[in-house]
Amino acid sequence: MRVALFLTCVNDTLYPDTGRAVVKLLTRLGVEVDFPMAQTCCGQAHYNTGYRHEAEPLARHFSDVFGDYEAIVTPSGSCGAMVRELYPRMGERARAEGRGDTLAATLAPVVQRTYELTEFLVDVLGVTDVGAYYPHQVTYHPTCHGLRGLGLGDRPRRLLQAVKGLELVELPGAEECCGFGGTFALKNADVSTAMGVDKVRNAESTGAEVLCAADNSCLMHIGGTMTRAGSDMRPVHLAEILASTEKEPAA
Amino acid sequence: MSGTFVGMPAFPKAAHDAVHNETLRGNLRHATHTIRAKRANAVAELSDWAELREAGKRIKDHTLRHLDRYLVQLEEAVTAAGGTVHWAADADEANRIVADLVKATGESEVVKVKSMATQEIGLNEALEAEGIRAYETDLAELIVQLGKDRPSHILVPAIHRNRGEIRDIFRKEMSEWGRPAPEGLTDTPAELAEAARLHLREKFLRAKVGISGANFMIAETGTLVVVESEGNGRMCLTLPETLISVVGIEKILPTWRDLEVFLQTLPRSSTAERMNPYTSMWTGTSDGGAEAGDGPRHFHLVLLDNGRTDTLADEVGRQALRCIRCSACLNVCPVYERAGGHAYGSVYPGPIGAILSPQLRGTASDIDASLPYASSLCGACYEVCPVAIDIPEVLVHLRERVVEGGPVTREGNKVVLQPAKGHAAERAAMRAARWAFTHPGVLRSGQRLASRTRRLHPRTLPGPGQAWSGSRDLPAVPAEPFRDWWQRTNGGKTEKGTSK
Ligand code: SF4
Repeated sequence: MRVALFLTCVNDTLYPDTGRAVVKLLTRLGVEVDFPMAQTCCGQAHYNTGYRHEAEPLARHFSDVFGDYEAIVTPSGSCGAMVRELYPRMGERARAEGRGDTLAATLAPVVQRTYELTEFLVDVLGVTDVGAYYPHQVTYHPTCHGLRGLGLGDRPRRLLQAVKGLELVELPGAEECCGFGGTFALKNADVSTAMGVDKVRNAESTGAEVLCAADNSCLMHIGGTMTRAGSDMRPVHLAEILASTEKEPAA
Repeated sequence: MSGTFVGMPAFPKAAHDAVHNETLRGNLRHATHTIRAKRANAVAELSDWAELREAGKRIKDHTLRHLDRYLVQLEEAVTAAGGTVHWAADADEANRIVADLVKATGESEVVKVKSMATQEIGLNEALEAEGIRAYETDLAELIVQLGKDRPSHILVPAIHRNRGEIRDIFRKEMSEWGRPAPEGLTDTPAELAEAARLHLREKFLRAKVGISGANFMIAETGTLVVVESEGNGRMCLTLPETLISVVGIEKILPTWRDLEVFLQTLPRSSTAERMNPYTSMWTGTSDGGAEAGDGPRHFHLVLLDNGRTDTLADEVGRQALRCIRCSACLNVCPVYERAGGHAYGSVYPGPIGAILSPQLRGTASDIDASLPYASSLCGACYEVCPVAIDIPEVLVHLRERVVEGGPVTREGNKVVLQPAKGHAAERAAMRAARWAFTHPGVLRSGQRLASRTRRLHPRTLPGPGQAWSGSRDLPAVPAEPFRDWWQRTNGGKTEKGTSK
């Protein structure tokens, strides 16, 4: 099976390790991964800040780049939710404004074929044990758009539970938002920080070494709060844990 | 306590103090987490919650679609049962109608049932200006009134106060409004409740005029419904001779049967009770001959628009009018929990306030333009809402209105809004980013430049970047963006140590 990796602009620029981990993981599972070089950004920050008209060209661009692939896999719950939940909404709004069905039709193929990484592993490949090894104590934070937007449910937890050597510790208040929220982190920095501090406090209370999530944007906010608090905990993307093996263990 | 909150600063500034007030945050955290857990249990008891939620949404949507018809039907039914219906286009008109009605009775004081609509229009202040004193009788509302404070929650207006603070308010202020607090009042809940009971009883027995809102109005029968926990509302609804109810036009339900759905979802969502302790219903007056209903001797219904028809004209935003004011979205909202209700600058705080106030009042003021951004879009509010209002969807829709402008309906007229001021830099940045993102080569050069200069990047930033780095470190820029690695190693195939 050949799939397109939609890495997201944040991961491409700031978290290339996550991208390498996804490639390693999927290749190990027998999937041929392609990285369309023309990919950029799904337009989420634009859309969610109110710039729908700036987001539309980005959605069209996304569709041009990925429209021909059988499956598009992304290691980001929020960008996955953007494509799957909000692209259809952009199509509806265009129709409501009398611009016809063109936008909806253009976006339809990518809407149907985009999967967040854990959905792809569990639902499409049908695996929960990906043969990973990661001898650390880990606590898992389900990010809002993965949890409530895409409805990932217990998929990430099932994947983590199957990792050899990994001890999963429950995070108190796991389903509460970490306070990132895209431009919310800038526009309402006080509230955003207060939420982040509480999230870190809850994570610390577990005694785990690693806080895992499936979205680097949230991890950037949580991680930045951790280092500022002088915490020893490390934020790690789920893909990096799943890519880790006995032969090539991740740090 | 002002109904209009004129000159309120934008949300981030208003939230700043609350975030740094440890007592306030402790009070809010404790209260919201307790009720949140209870609500989840109360909801989990019902196997058909999802169906009830869907039914509630449908009934409300249907009613809103045919609102004109149901309002006329309601007016006929109320009138036939001996009541009088008044129509108020805005807050001023509603206040004037109520003040005139009270004056016509010759009274100069009224008792009030807790009501959001009367707060929305600033009725107490308007009556005060006419020499009429309004006494709040809901316990939490009384605390707010005595404390010369503003409500900070829909259901528990004094949620931001703890018992010690309430005792102090009672001791200091009760004597000015009526029966003073008992000697040696402590902060035990039983003593506080008893002090309020004694204080209020005097007013119930004396008052000739009661003022209420309503949770529901039934078009087919003309019946009004008030749902409450304390029984103080029932006292105001039954003891006075004249009752004036001020109700938003969206509170209508077509038939008596429709109530069934909401009498299940409202108490469980708001107080986590299976059934609320007091449900009062009345139809017209009891004093009007053969056709009379079972209401008070004189009954006036003031139907309030105040921006609701305009809201109804908005395809995306109109779902806010489904709200039954259960406050579940407030209790689950992580932003409300930290910022407190006052920061929203509106009688409707929390997620519902963030979408309702900028629709009812427009987005012209600083506070109203900032409310759609008072959310991390985490979606918890949508998940708990018993009438399935997609609050995040409306928030984003209103953000668009703020930054891009566009067509809206104001006072029944179609107008095109200009983008709000103060977003020029952001708009330029968004445009530039869109341009870069539709030109992959540009994005790539930018990434490379960042990587090449990575050692120069500070982990804290000056200027606008301070909003981030004042409290969080930035991640280090990697030596090589992913796409360069991909190209250099042919997708990892030629890199040593990466399995194929
Ligand atoms: S928006 Fe929904 S959850 Fe919030 S108060 Fe209204 S009905 Fe309740």
